[in-house]
Amino acid sequence: MTDQQQEQSLDPAQIEVDVRTGLGAPSADVTEGRQNSLWSDAWGQLRRNPLFWIGSFLGVFFVLMAIFPSWFARGADPRACSLTESKQPPSSAHWMGFDQQGCDYLANVVYGARTSLTIGLLSVIGVLLLGVIIGAVAGYYGGIADSLLARLTDIFFALPLILGALILLRVGPSTGLPILSDRGAGAVAIALSAFGWMTAMRLVRSQVIAVKSQDYVAAARAMGASNFRILTRHILPNAVAPVLVYSTITVGVLIAAEATLTYLGVGLQRPAISWGLQIENGQSLLRTAPHLVLFPSIILSLTVMAFIMLGDALRDALDPRQRS
Amino acid sequence: MTSSSGYISSTPALEPNPTAGPVLEVEDLHVEFRTRNGVVNAVNGISYSVDQGETLAILGESGSGKSVSAQAIMGILDSPPAVIAGGGINFQGRDILKMNEEEQRQIRGPGIAMIFQDALSALNPVYSVGFQIGEMFRAHRGTSRKEAKQHAIELMDRVRIPAAARRVNDYPHQFSGGMRQRVMIAMALALDPRILIADEPTTALDVTVQAQVMDLLKDLQRDTGMGLILITHDLGVVNEVADRVAVMYAGRIVETGTVDDVFTRPAMPYTVGLMNSIPQVEAKGGRLQPIIGQPPNLARIPSGCPFHPRCPMARTGAAAAPDRDCVADLPPLRVVTVGREAACHYSEELLNG
Amino acid sequence: MGRYVARRLLLTIPVLIGASFLIFAMVYALPGDPIRALAGDRPLSPAVAAQLRAQFNLGDPLLVQYAKYLGNLTHLDLGTDFHNRPVLEIISDRLPVTAKLTLVAVFFEAVIGLVAGVFAGIRRNGYFDNLVLVSTTLIISIPILVLAFLSQYIFGLKLGWFPIAGITEGWYSYLLPGLVLASGSLAYVARLTRTSVAENMRADYVRTARAKGLPHRTVIMRHTLRNSLIPVVTFIGADIGALLGGAIVTEAVFNIPGIGRAVFDAVRGQEGAVVVGIVTLMVFFFIFFNLVVDVLYAVLDPRIRYD
Repeated sequence: MTDQQQEQSLDPAQIEVDVRTGLGAPSADVTEGRQNSLWSDAWGQLRRNPLFWIGSFLGVFFVLMAIFPSWFARGADPRACSLTESKQPPSSAHWMGFDQQGCDYLANVVYGARTSLTIGLLSVIGVLLLGVIIGAVAGYYGGIADSLLARLTDIFFALPLILGALILLRVGPSTGLPILSDRGAGAVAIALSAFGWMTAMRLVRSQVIAVKSQDYVAAARAMGASNFRILTRHILPNAVAPVLVYSTITVGVLIAAEATLTYLGVGLQRPAISWGLQIENGQSLLRTAPHLVLFPSIILSLTVMAFIMLGDALRDALDPRQRS
Repeated sequence: MTSSSGYISSTPALEPNPTAGPVLEVEDLHVEFRTRNGVVNAVNGISYSVDQGETLAILGESGSGKSVSAQAIMGILDSPPAVIAGGGINFQGRDILKMNEEEQRQIRGPGIAMIFQDALSALNPVYSVGFQIGEMFRAHRGTSRKEAKQHAIELMDRVRIPAAARRVNDYPHQFSGGMRQRVMIAMALALDPRILIADEPTTALDVTVQAQVMDLLKDLQRDTGMGLILITHDLGVVNEVADRVAVMYAGRIVETGTVDDVFTRPAMPYTVGLMNSIPQVEAKGGRLQPIIGQPPNLARIPSGCPFHPRCPMARTGAAAAPDRDCVADLPPLRVVTVGREAACHYSEELLNG
Repeated sequence: MGRYVARRLLLTIPVLIGASFLIFAMVYALPGDPIRALAGDRPLSPAVAAQLRAQFNLGDPLLVQYAKYLGNLTHLDLGTDFHNRPVLEIISDRLPVTAKLTLVAVFFEAVIGLVAGVFAGIRRNGYFDNLVLVSTTLIISIPILVLAFLSQYIFGLKLGWFPIAGITEGWYSYLLPGLVLASGSLAYVARLTRTSVAENMRADYVRTARAKGLPHRTVIMRHTLRNSLIPVVTFIGADIGALLGGAIVTEAVFNIPGIGRAVFDAVRGQEGAVVVGIVTLMVFFFIFFNLVVDVLYAVLDPRIRYD
């Protein structure tokens, strides 16, 4: 289950290196000006990157699909099923055929977008909240707080994302805790955030450490700015670029993780409509009705791809070191 | 012999100099960088020659094309984007650019060798210095690893690295800057090259160490009789060691002559500017006069004389003599007095006035 | 170096204990009745429930429970599952299977990833380079779950080249799952190698090597690749640890009885002792291989000295 590795392979090494060498090393009080030129340069770069356009197109497509599924379902209702149509292969009237219960599969796959994107978004918000708070505190205060939080991060980092989330979701229903016990999108998002925040933390921490020793931060402090103000006005804006790159990619990774957890039986439950559930149900019918696994798989992959491509393109654009 | 293996003991391209002419002759060399944003004209037709035992200094700001031309001679330009767009490089009478890859390779090292500015990055961090020096013997003479190391120790002795035998297995980062540059020199001199190109060999070093390294280079040159091309922007170094000097600007040679002539009576306003921008003991109390303006953008070299936007003497329109409009007419490099060339429409005025 | 390793080993202990405690707490201490949860829908007689409570020290506070667990751990007692099978036995039964799978995966990762990355990096922006870029983006974007099904369907079911599931055909049955397991890392290795090689091709010391008149092969093999491979080799080393703990989906889809499958079954059956035991082992591997990599780094790069 390389979702863990996916996350690892995509981010820490590369983004952390980028942070150290590129974006994170401003030299004078130019937070604003520097940021402006960074973004306008980045846009110039992005416009020429086909990855960006493919990723944006796919991203917009799936976001629209999540918000207005009826536009894409070709008039079919995902829950209007008739067993006589069970496992019918794709046809010109029903592009993705029917599932075992005889429900229009296109409608089902289309309605799955909302679930996936919601969980992807919710969990990335959770990841960022945890990562930014823990990372900022560790980096800014340093000392014992930093070493304790760094150890804590090491502990979580040693646990594969899927495994940690799997255990938490499995015991979730018996805990009686709100959200976590109801086996819904919120529970999945909590589990993914709880075991997925470490890279964001390291990212923010290294940014904060890099920036806090800069002269203009010292100047702000000398003029009596409060810790909170320094953190929010001077330090965090510098972390925006790498965190944005990281978050974009991570949405994709987390969407894949959700499908995996659901496939493993601890994520969403029926009657929720989810690509993970569709793949799981289709698994046993792979011989007779391969389209039941194929279509949700393809759509899931394209969704993940959209975010990963966008993130890749953003990284190329925001990292001056990689420009030729 | 075993030419197929790539190891050759006597290289056909390296016959003893058949003609008594210069060891190295560069003729009308052009180098361009073809990038996405257009063509950058880094070297625009330079010519010079170096005799046995002679030291030619090539002087210029960064971006003047001095290093690029040296890399072109060594055949180590990064191409793409760099392309040698024209000209010739004759080494002992044969054009290197017309040789095949293997012949060119055999000249690098025994024929022409090079030392670089920053020895720390120019030496491979993961191999011992002895290994890197010894590679020269192994690649060009097929020497055994053990013998090569012995040679390396001898060379390290020769460039006056203390306790050479003990330090031969050390890595580059374990040496001081000056010692590292000596390692580079030892490596370059391993096969007794006829020409040594030193690209800003002392720029990265402390002043005291600079002098030691230059002294070493001078001594080694006297012992071996090699020709030395010294690329630098340090006028003091030029004054000390060079016989002749070629000043480069915007990819062209704009003035040549003996060091004494060029330094005492520059024939080109740019050279005048260079001289005025360094402190001189005699001119105590006077003000330094930096050259105003920015070095030219090599993708859009100014029309006419490339120096005209910064030149205090530039004349155009009615003020200019016919065909000598600094904004419109490119001044050719021409003989201005005996043994001297300059690329300025008004060199005579400068010299006489 | 010896001292560095010793210090690092000491530092791993808190992480190891912390991670296993985290799992332990999740399994045993979250609100709710773990014994009820253990039983799931099965009816549970009070006698059995009491016995289980005693066996897992559920009457004690969490920290005492965990201390007892650690105490048993010192003489390699990881507890038993509900059928009184020692967890250690389950591990020693399943680990060789996962080890084989990991070995196959690392082989693919190293060979394919390295070769693709090297050739792409040497001729950056060439045809092959673009091919590598596009295909790695594709591979990284496809969730392993999908990749597993897709390859199972195409190569197992349709083409019949590989067994669809199980490990009855020896090493051969590990090829397809190994490739699937390796895919993400493989793509990453290719990219990392490509970047590293391309960067090194422009390094000053490579220019020096060319100026020395070394043959092209020597310049590439000795001065470009040797240096470029340092980050790649260390990534692959650390990845062994991650792969050993990361085969849940692959082992589930291809029905391979390794520790990934075992921990998945144990989580589903809420076999607390098995879950804690195996996860702790996985964390140990992860940390151990990271340590190995740090040591390897110092061996490969003489500039790095840990003392």
